[in-house]
Amino acid sequence: MIEKEGIIYTGFPSKEELMSCPGVPSEERMKKGRVAVIECVQQIPCNPCASACPMGAITIGENITNLPHLNEEKCTGCGLCIAKCPGLAITVVNKAFGEGEASIDFPFEYLPLPKEGDFVDAVSRAGEPVCKGRILKVKNLAAYAGTTVISMAIPVEFADTVRSMKRLPNPAVEGA
Amino acid sequence: MKTLETEVAIVGAGSAGLSAACQARNAGAKVLVIDENSRPGGQLFKQIHKFFGSHEHQAGTRGYVIGQKLLKKTQDCGADVMLNSLVYGIQPEDLTMGIIQNGKNCQLHAKKIIIAAGAKENYLPFPGSTLPGVMGAGAAQTMINVNRVLPGKKIVMMGSGNVGLIVSYQLMQAGADVLGIVEGAPKIGGYGVHAGKIRRAGVPFYLGHTIKQVYGKDCVEAVEIAKVDEKFNSIEGTEMMIEADTVCMAVGLNPMTELAWMAGCQFDFIPAFGGHVPLHDWNMETTIPGVYVAGDITGVEEASTAMEEGNLAGVAAAEALGYLSEQDAAEKKAAIVERLNTLRCGPFGEGRRKFKEHQIADMEALKRGEFVGRCIEK
Repeated sequence: MIEKEGIIYTGFPSKEELMSCPGVPSEERMKKGRVAVIECVQQIPCNPCASACPMGAITIGENITNLPHLNEEKCTGCGLCIAKCPGLAITVVNKAFGEGEASIDFPFEYLPLPKEGDFVDAVSRAGEPVCKGRILKVKNLAAYAGTTVISMAIPVEFADTVRSMKRLPNPAVEGA
Repeated sequence: MKTLETEVAIVGAGSAGLSAACQARNAGAKVLVIDENSRPGGQLFKQIHKFFGSHEHQAGTRGYVIGQKLLKKTQDCGADVMLNSLVYGIQPEDLTMGIIQNGKNCQLHAKKIIIAAGAKENYLPFPGSTLPGVMGAGAAQTMINVNRVLPGKKIVMMGSGNVGLIVSYQLMQAGADVLGIVEGAPKIGGYGVHAGKIRRAGVPFYLGHTIKQVYGKDCVEAVEIAKVDEKFNSIEGTEMMIEADTVCMAVGLNPMTELAWMAGCQFDFIPAFGGHVPLHDWNMETTIPGVYVAGDITGVEEASTAMEEGNLAGVAAAEALGYLSEQDAAEKKAAIVERLNTLRCGPFGEGRRKFKEHQIADMEALKRGEFVGRCIEK
């Protein structure tokens, strides 16, 4: 079905698209600790991420279709941008989380929510389960306006692959 | 028969209509908004996702919250909203409208009319498309987000534009499974970030495919899809079955132009805008003096654009009635047009800006007596 690479064919950015994306930090930066990964590769008219950042690390400029640019040195990985992105395209990745583990904070808008300490299926950009993830935190701040931000620990080798978790079965839906 | 009077009559209490109402009312005009639905807000209250755009367009705010704010603004400014009322006719000579209100006929005399009737969903016919369970994506969205009813548990979505992508996501949020998105074109039509959300949930895209037939006795039981050739005809031997209970169609929208036709407006045919669209100038005034248009009726775009077009029409109508000086109106309009331009830029918006300019250029041509209705495809 899907033969070609790239967001307009697969629904997620290809390696090449991510490489040239100004919102994606360097490998070195990710190894230093928490940092925003802004996988926004299409010029759509949108800029809430820029005003969400208290450090001024995300810039878009006058033309709101410009891609967001991340200043990886200024970014502290606070994660305030995660729930602000209407496209849910921002995660915070930390490759220095601990022994062989990375952490990823990602936006999640499905119910039910996982609980701290749960093990869930960590999924790739294509929704394929790639490893187990351990839920570290489930945050629902008022500022997130209904978007939950979940922190999850995963084996560090999957830090570039994992971007979310598999939806949990919804007991409210009969037969689902 | 009851006869009503107002200065600015607005058809449609959606994003465009309510925005127009606030502008005209705040300038001092007497305003009456008429809507056939039992609740105002149009499509905004179905939009549970966070909107794109800039700060001025409340980017990052969910659509229904924008709707609540707009409704509050409308109530605060004192514009009247008449619900359960269907406008069935416009008499262009004296701007009189015929309205059925709660089953009773009434007349409305207005000095200016703004038609903000919105758009309706396109439908794709195929064997089985009349089975219960085959519906417009907008209908499914109304069911889950307004009426809190899940139309089905196993959904096949036809169309990968933003409507198809957003409604697929929201169906999953409501608890359904989306088994696939079928798209005739060789690429995804909507924003990549919307597609990304549903890919992460494991939903496959069947690009270059169409729905060939839907099977079932009394309801949808299975959907047969097939690859298509360049002319969008299905290719024999490429068929595939998907077991599903619901088919949603997100295959475009077309402007609700009936009242504009009835008023005698001149039209262009612009496929990118959904079909026939009334000519209008930068005041949003049509070829019929005193009749304005705003929102999807002028060409299908999205809610933020509709609100700005409503703002323009509201300011222009108030100016024409003498409630705003030429200078005040010019300043307001320039600011709105600038915001509209930021919405109509980039790879997804540039085309719409170009078509809008054609549409307005044709209005100018008509004023010079040089207009012939045309189809604008490029």
